[in-house]
Amino acid sequence: MLTFILRRLLQSIVVMLVVAFVAFLIFRFVGDPVSSMLGQDSTMADHEQLRERLGLNDPFYLQFFRFVANALQGEFGISYRLQQPVTQLILERLPATIELAFASATIALVFGIVLGIYTALRPRSLETAVVMTVSLVGVSLPTFLIGIGLIYVFAVELKMLPSFGRGEVVNLGWWRTGLLTQSGLRSLILPAITLSLFQLTLIMRLVRAEMLEVLRTDYIRFARARGLSKRAINFGHALRNTLVPVITIAGLQLGSVIAFAIITETVFQWPGVGSLFVNSVQVVDVPVMAAYLVFVALVFVVINLIVDILYFLVDPRLRDGAKSGR
Amino acid sequence: MTDLPHNSERTAPAKTSRLSAFLNSDLAWSYRHSPVTIIASIVAATLILMAAAAPWIAPYNPFNPATLNLMDGFTPPNSKSMSGNYFLLGSDSQGRDVLSTIMYGSRVSLFVGISATLLAMVMGVGLGLVAGYAGGLADTIIMRVADVQLSFPAILIALLVFGIARGLIPPNQQEGAAVWVLIIAIGLANWAQFARTVRGATMVERQKDYVAAARILGVNPFLILLRHVLPNVMGPVLVIGTIGLALAIIEEATLSYLGVGVPPTQPSLGTLIRIGQQFLFSGEWWILFFPAITLVALALSVNLLGDWLRDALNPRLR
Repeated sequence: MLTFILRRLLQSIVVMLVVAFVAFLIFRFVGDPVSSMLGQDSTMADHEQLRERLGLNDPFYLQFFRFVANALQGEFGISYRLQQPVTQLILERLPATIELAFASATIALVFGIVLGIYTALRPRSLETAVVMTVSLVGVSLPTFLIGIGLIYVFAVELKMLPSFGRGEVVNLGWWRTGLLTQSGLRSLILPAITLSLFQLTLIMRLVRAEMLEVLRTDYIRFARARGLSKRAINFGHALRNTLVPVITIAGLQLGSVIAFAIITETVFQWPGVGSLFVNSVQVVDVPVMAAYLVFVALVFVVINLIVDILYFLVDPRLRDGAKSGR
Repeated sequence: MTDLPHNSERTAPAKTSRLSAFLNSDLAWSYRHSPVTIIASIVAATLILMAAAAPWIAPYNPFNPATLNLMDGFTPPNSKSMSGNYFLLGSDSQGRDVLSTIMYGSRVSLFVGISATLLAMVMGVGLGLVAGYAGGLADTIIMRVADVQLSFPAILIALLVFGIARGLIPPNQQEGAAVWVLIIAIGLANWAQFARTVRGATMVERQKDYVAAARILGVNPFLILLRHVLPNVMGPVLVIGTIGLALAIIEEATLSYLGVGVPPTQPSLGTLIRIGQQFLFSGEWWILFFPAITLVALALSVNLLGDWLRDALNPRLR
């Protein structure tokens, strides 16, 4: 198991280096950092001085090396637009995005698994048909339209929930949370649902397909013959064996949730990392774009690693396979 | 095979024209027997025709400032404004006819969607053919890049490409180039799916006798790929292309909704939805509702056609 994880770790580092290289190319060659930092009325001498100070006259590999070294220390330069350190900007907005992502992942997992089991156990019921049809429509709607639709129903017509922002936040050291106030929780509901719908359908369909498959196997029939209770069979034996693919998809989807949060955050004017990225693309704020790319890649790589490790905890067959030197 | 009902006519007459051969094919048979597909194709065809003919059939030209009248602003659907103009789907804040903006908007959406999908298709099919046929290092590099790209959401890639292109183009040319930048961004975000499928299919075709025969005859490898392998891998490419078109339309709408797509002077369906959202709270629902419905109908109908094509071309899947 250790060699497996070490190998995975090495692969992750290679991926991160490649992404860092792309980010560096963007950072270095898109737009001119010197003229973005100096104003219109600067002299050529000012330019040359700044080029020297930023190290833009150094050899290419040295510049890349410095970029990586700075990135490792969490240093991505100054945002052109906001004139603040990029890392600080991202860290300030990170709690909002993480709270949104986890709320939506929780909704997707709970409802996805419950609905998946339900529709698998009653494949011919009316409820199953309704759920499956609704899920099909839900998948084909663009995320931002779902968000707007929810705003229309719950904020405009019913006036039950706020349509934008995070509500009141509480400072816990550097982490500003919206989970502790009533208005913060109410503001979280609509964005979290919007973000979760796609994942929810995916998990539901997956759990359903896996459950239907597992329920046909011999050991389930044997468990029934032994007279085990329905609950023990369905949840103790069947559900457990559907979990490996569910963990994979749910885990990998968590990465794309962070990315899809871009859209949801824009619809609901949620002050997270995603809306920061969209605003940066609009005005070509290169340091923020480069830093966001590295950040998202890091999230993906870390989640992939965690998913790989979770396999071992859930599926004993993999543990034995690894022991005998696969 | 011959005892299947839909094949009986094909064998009977000796002088079957190409048209009747097509009408009796499996594809046409499965089309006639799927009501959902028939409805989807009618919806898609109507919307595409409406978009293509917009300059001639749209009741107003919404982008000609001379004909706009602020007195027409916020006219509800199916009613006359104060200045006496009739608006079937209402008008927006500047007095533009919503129906006409939708027609012109779907024109932009479809143009970007189709061009981007063609770009992705040409790129993906080309690289997939090379990867599958050449193998070795070329294959490894192309497929690794595709793998990495597929693990990121397409919308993120498109946003990045868009931002990079914006940084490379001088500001005074940006508005004119926006549509092309958008096409390139969405095309680059979607090529990997084509490459992966074509590579797999090419590796299968490469083993077959007809390719070996062509190679022994000394045919140029590029000619083998274009003339012999390509036609045999086109089936799945068409399927991915159709579903990819629906995706590209949604991606374009999303980017324009986020405010990084086409310029406001040339709005697509996504831009119209972005504009319409401003009036959601003040009760002018039609400015948002009709573009949104058009987008959903367009994406859904194209998607359903893709699903049908997939099932019809590959019966083993169902």
